[in-house]
Amino acid sequence: MTYIPKPKVRHPSLPRNALGLTRRDYEGALSTLCAGCGHDSITAALTEAIWGLSLEPQNIAKLSGIGCSSKTTAYFVSGGHGFNSVHGRMPSIAMGANAANRNLHYIGVSGDGDTLSIGLGQFAHAIRRNLNMLYVIENNGVYGLTKGQFSASADIGSKAKKGDVNQQPPIDPVLLALSLGASFVARSFSGDKAQLVPLLQAGLRHRGFALIDVISPCVTFNDHEGSTKSYAYTREHYEPAVNAGFVPFEREIVVDYAEGECLPVVMHDGSRIVLHKLAKDYDPTDRVAASAYIQARAKQGEFLTGLLYVDETQKEFHELNGTPDVPLNSLSPELLSPGAKGLDRILARFR
Amino acid sequence: MGIIAQCRAASSGQLAADGRRRDSGGEPPAARRPLSAFRPTAARFLRFAYTLPIPPPLVAPRFHLAEMPPTDTSHPDYFHRVVDCQWACPAHTDVPEYIRLIAQGRFTDAYMVNREANVFPGILGRVCDRPCEPACRRSRVENKPVAICRLKRVAADHKDEYASRLPKIPAVKNGKHVACIGAGPASLTVANDLLPLGYRVTIFEQLAEPGGLMRSNIPSFRLPQAILDEEIGAIIGMGAELKLGHPVKSMKELLDRGGFDAVFVGSGAPKGKDLKLPGRAEAAPNIHIGIDWLESVAFEHVKAIGREVLIIGVGNTAMDCCRTSLRLGAQHVNVMARKPRQFFKASDWELEDAEEENVRIIVNRAPKRFVVEDGRLKGMLFDVMEYDLDARGAITAERITGEEFFAASDVILAIGQENAFPWIERDLGIEFDKWSVPKVDPVTFQSTRPGVFFGGDAAFGPKNIIWSVEHGHQAAISVHRHCQGEAVTDRLAPGINLQSRKMGMHEWSYSNDYNPAERRLVPHVSLKERFKKLNIEVELGFTAEQAAAEVQRCLNCDIQTVFEAKLCIECDACIDICPTDCLTITADGEEAELRTRLRAPAKNLEQPLYVSAPLKQTGRVMVKDEDMCVHCGLCAERCPTAAWDMQKSFVKWPHAEDQPPTCQPSLPKIA
Ligand SMILES: Cc1cc2nc3c(=O)[nH]c(=O)nc-3n(C[C@H](O)[C@H](O)[C@H](O)COP(=O)(O)OP(=O)(O)OC[C@H]3O[C@@H](n4cnc5c(N)ncnc54)[C@H](O)[C@@H]3O)c2cc1C
Ligand SMILES: Cc1ncc(C[n+]2csc(CCOP(=O)(O)OP(=O)(O)O)c2C)c(N)n1
Ligand code: SF4
Ligand code: SF4
Ligand code: SF4
Ligand SMILES: [Mg+2]
Repeated sequence: MTYIPKPKVRHPSLPRNALGLTRRDYEGALSTLCAGCGHDSITAALTEAIWGLSLEPQNIAKLSGIGCSSKTTAYFVSGGHGFNSVHGRMPSIAMGANAANRNLHYIGVSGDGDTLSIGLGQFAHAIRRNLNMLYVIENNGVYGLTKGQFSASADIGSKAKKGDVNQQPPIDPVLLALSLGASFVARSFSGDKAQLVPLLQAGLRHRGFALIDVISPCVTFNDHEGSTKSYAYTREHYEPAVNAGFVPFEREIVVDYAEGECLPVVMHDGSRIVLHKLAKDYDPTDRVAASAYIQARAKQGEFLTGLLYVDETQKEFHELNGTPDVPLNSLSPELLSPGAKGLDRILARFR
Repeated sequence: MGIIAQCRAASSGQLAADGRRRDSGGEPPAARRPLSAFRPTAARFLRFAYTLPIPPPLVAPRFHLAEMPPTDTSHPDYFHRVVDCQWACPAHTDVPEYIRLIAQGRFTDAYMVNREANVFPGILGRVCDRPCEPACRRSRVENKPVAICRLKRVAADHKDEYASRLPKIPAVKNGKHVACIGAGPASLTVANDLLPLGYRVTIFEQLAEPGGLMRSNIPSFRLPQAILDEEIGAIIGMGAELKLGHPVKSMKELLDRGGFDAVFVGSGAPKGKDLKLPGRAEAAPNIHIGIDWLESVAFEHVKAIGREVLIIGVGNTAMDCCRTSLRLGAQHVNVMARKPRQFFKASDWELEDAEEENVRIIVNRAPKRFVVEDGRLKGMLFDVMEYDLDARGAITAERITGEEFFAASDVILAIGQENAFPWIERDLGIEFDKWSVPKVDPVTFQSTRPGVFFGGDAAFGPKNIIWSVEHGHQAAISVHRHCQGEAVTDRLAPGINLQSRKMGMHEWSYSNDYNPAERRLVPHVSLKERFKKLNIEVELGFTAEQAAAEVQRCLNCDIQTVFEAKLCIECDACIDICPTDCLTITADGEEAELRTRLRAPAKNLEQPLYVSAPLKQTGRVMVKDEDMCVHCGLCAERCPTAAWDMQKSFVKWPHAEDQPPTCQPSLPKIA
């Protein structure tokens, strides 16, 4: 945390996006998190990703629950909409907002506690509905805000700052999401923006639920020797499997891909993600194989990162439910309200 | 296209690099991989390069051909250079330090910080050529530099008694006697530096008052006599023997019979250039050489000028001539320039001040002849010029498109000065080149005759006061070493000291917040008032409020960002917080290419990159582009490990007093 706000002055050669805005235009309030917190880096990566896609701030809705991680929605795109819900209940707020206005970009930011402990049920059902949103877990293995208790993502054997050793098995959000039928599953690290930023962009462009589990060291409670979510441990054990390069629709790809190395996935809006396979025998389009491979590597003590699974063909919530094509607030009152007669007809269906 | 190309290269590279690990599939769970596995091999470098944010600038991957070595910050020049103003100041004045002292209301302290480096803060706070201002970082961050010069005047105007703080003069002298020729700023600085070391210093000045061109040429409406008297008085008061009205007519005699251990020539560049065109001789009574004319005005030999004046030339002397003319009765003053405005030699502020007084500056007029009727000057005829410029603005061709007559009662020539030494015999071992310019060593300021030194305008032609001061400091070192029998070339090197400014978690002992205030304008005496007398100072100096606002604009460039690579955990906190995107952690590379890969491309090649040693976890490097850093300290405040710290740099720019050893009085006289 810092006492003086980040000065407004900026570098004159800062690049501008298609809207003529610089990264600085996508910043938010001053972070109150600890100096060096991984969450702040993820905030910076989100800022960069959103800026890079030239999204209009007013078309962004930021949603979160409770936790240090959940505070971060205040720290980027101050021009966007925001809702800070109760602990673990961000998915239902996202669900409702998305149902009412399908045109916004929904960005949920949550913690491992917020998602995998108190909010696990909500999380699971948002995935099942394939809610069209980017869901970022800022995963530090602890409840940071309440002073560092082990969370449900803590590894067996991981040591707390005061020396306790975690005995309960962790919930891996990536494996969980795969088993629940998620259409976009990725993992990354707050300390590797080069990997994270394009993943966030791909997630924002994915139609459906895009989960990105981001290892995010807690410098205050979980960055010591013996922790399995520290900067040093993460750098030693993470294993990039499939990196994503996001290619906007306007930019044509004219080169053929070397088999088994690069794999383009066309997004619903015509843009593409180019999957860059670092592990040759990995197939990010095969759910079962992906799941097996991730577990096999985990057994070796490595966690795979990158875009681990993607399926652009899966139907998202609105398609599954046949909702109107436009946000509800753009419909006339006549269309929105069935009227007395219409209501009678609906009720008659249940008699 | 580039994305794909990189994909492929990266994948195959990764395969090779990772082969070892894949084969050893039986590693025990959670086994630690040696950190060296994360050193940026070619493959890893590519992985970082390839996922650049949109739009990927498709940097051609380069392998480790010529990586930048870690910056050697122990070299005293490195951090000195970051303080743009101090680096640009010929005398290396610690500008940010005195600005902070002014901010605290410690004017006398601010004055003394100045005096130590530039000797004449009150004079320079008014008329310095201020090379620091175009260099000032603030002019890159916004467009206007800090009003460094005007703030110097604030310190001088508000200081209290300071005589007690001047160096103490030893009662027992060291037995060495030094002659200075000319009482300009160069000689006065030599005296200032040598008197405290026990030297006897005698200054010979041909005029009736000391100060050199500062007295005889810089008009009193820019530089009041009282300021000159005070600051020159401080030096004379240290015990310099000033011989006024005493021209040195023969160097030979001085060397042979003067009994001096060393001679410093600070006689300036006293010869104003003439313009030999038809009509020059007939019209002589109304044609004046600028610097001679200004001297006559200063010493009140000339008190009036005609109604219509033409000034030839557009340098700083021309600006003083035109403004002085207006105060001596001229009604119309035209400054005639041969070339377009961008080629003018005068400083912007001098041009502005002249134009504010309704002087007309006429460009593209080349003098052709003086027009004389009935034996009197009527005006001048000019060729009308036209120029072709290339893309960089240089003149590629010129042509005459016509001619034009300008009426004039007087013409003042302000087309340059030269140094001239008719009083130095050519058989003394003091060599001159074919233009009669003495051969002077640019470091020691010694001539080809040991023990005879030159400085100020006399050494390398006309410059300005602050250069004369620095020449004086350097020459004083040489004089001192010479008199002590030490080699003049064997000088103490500059040094630098760093001291942390951290007070607490979020507390620094300097005001680190960026203040967006705009540059304050100095108030001027009204146009009506200022012409009433010749010596009414036009600039009034900052008010207290203005000074208080202006000091906040200084970015404290001397509070350095100092990086300790081994502490960094690569959390990116500093990078994310830096308001001006100065910082990047990336794979090392060759400088030109590395500059393109930073968060904001480092396009200002005059500003260095600060490259760290390889970082512990990934072997990448921390790169800081010094160009735009506003020294806000946020990087240091955000860093969880104190890998960044904010440290005040003290540049030690040695003067005579710093040179070892103390006196050895029994050395032979040079003559
Ligand atoms: C019109 C004008 C305006 C200027 N304005 C500025 C300005 O605003 N800011 C700025 O920084 N600079 C300005 N300058 C330049 C500045 O004044 C000089 O660069 C500076 O004064 C040079 O200092 P100096 O000690 O080398 O010599 P000078 O100041 O020239 O002093 C030399 C002295 O030596 C004396 N002398 C010469 N020969 C002998 C001899 N044989 N025996 C005894 N005495 C001798 C001379 O009478 C003179 O007093 C200006 C110059 C001019 C002409
Ligand atoms: C209903 C409810 N239960 C418990 C809490 C206390 N609480 C606040 S934050 C938190 C855990 C946050 O952990 P995580 O989501 O991992 O966020 P982090 O701070 O680690 O980023 C808990 C248990 C609460 N605020 N509300
Ligand atoms: S901002 Fe201050 S310290 Fe930096 S160059 Fe300008 S005057 Fe000097
Ligand atoms: S002091 Fe640090 S944070 Fe501030 S501008 Fe300079 S590098 Fe950036
Ligand atoms: S904040 Fe400190 S530890 Fe983190 S990257 Fe910067 S220098 Fe390194
Ligand atoms: Mg947590």
